[in-house]
Amino acid sequence: MSTTTDSKIRIQLEDFSVTDEIEAMKKVSRNIGGITTFLGTGREMSKGESISELNFEHYPKMAEKKMEEIRVQSIKDFGIIDMSIIHRIGPIDIGENIVLIVAVGEHRAETFKACEWAIAELKRTTPIWKRETTSTGEVWVQDTP
Amino acid sequence: MITIKYFASLRAIAEKDDDSLDIENPITIDQLSDIISKTAPKMGAIIREKKVMISVNQEMASADTIIHDGDEVAFLPPFSGGAK
Repeated sequence: MSTTTDSKIRIQLEDFSVTDEIEAMKKVSRNIGGITTFLGTGREMSKGESISELNFEHYPKMAEKKMEEIRVQSIKDFGIIDMSIIHRIGPIDIGENIVLIVAVGEHRAETFKACEWAIAELKRTTPIWKRETTSTGEVWVQDTP
Repeated sequence: MITIKYFASLRAIAEKDDDSLDIENPITIDQLSDIISKTAPKMGAIIREKKVMISVNQEMASADTIIHDGDEVAFLPPFSGGAK
């Protein structure tokens, strides 16, 4: 499934290519010397139960706005060159891509820090919800570790 | 008229995805929760007990945030996007 890599903040139904996303960010600057990525994927077990499907829902516009705030804050606070954040919504199978953060900088240290902060901040501030389907039914996940 | 949106687990509690409400004057979130309680007591209780976050026009709000005609109010259960 193809997807455009033009926008640095995206919420989409389709899968994304990690390689394409990294290549797109490498084109941002010739001064990039370090890239850190975080890829979140669909895990089979949750609280001892086997999950058959995940489904993500978001609050359109607000979720994108919060992700853009995280991007801007990451650049400002950690001194990275740029960041892209892509989150999928809709049904997601076990093992599939869910979320990708790509932090690019002159050196590795700031990209590691920015990437870790960004995924924690995304979970804290971005209105995206996960529904897990198990053998006992469907449940909206409400913990935010 | 204000627009009210319910997300994720709250849709089942409110028994709807969204709603609209005519208001004559600006009201607070607390006043809105009183109005919602009359038709959806469980939803009203959840709002009063602060078990959900609330946004007005896609910015986070508090109990004393004033809601004006034309605003979009959303009730947001705890987020769970991203990955552990």
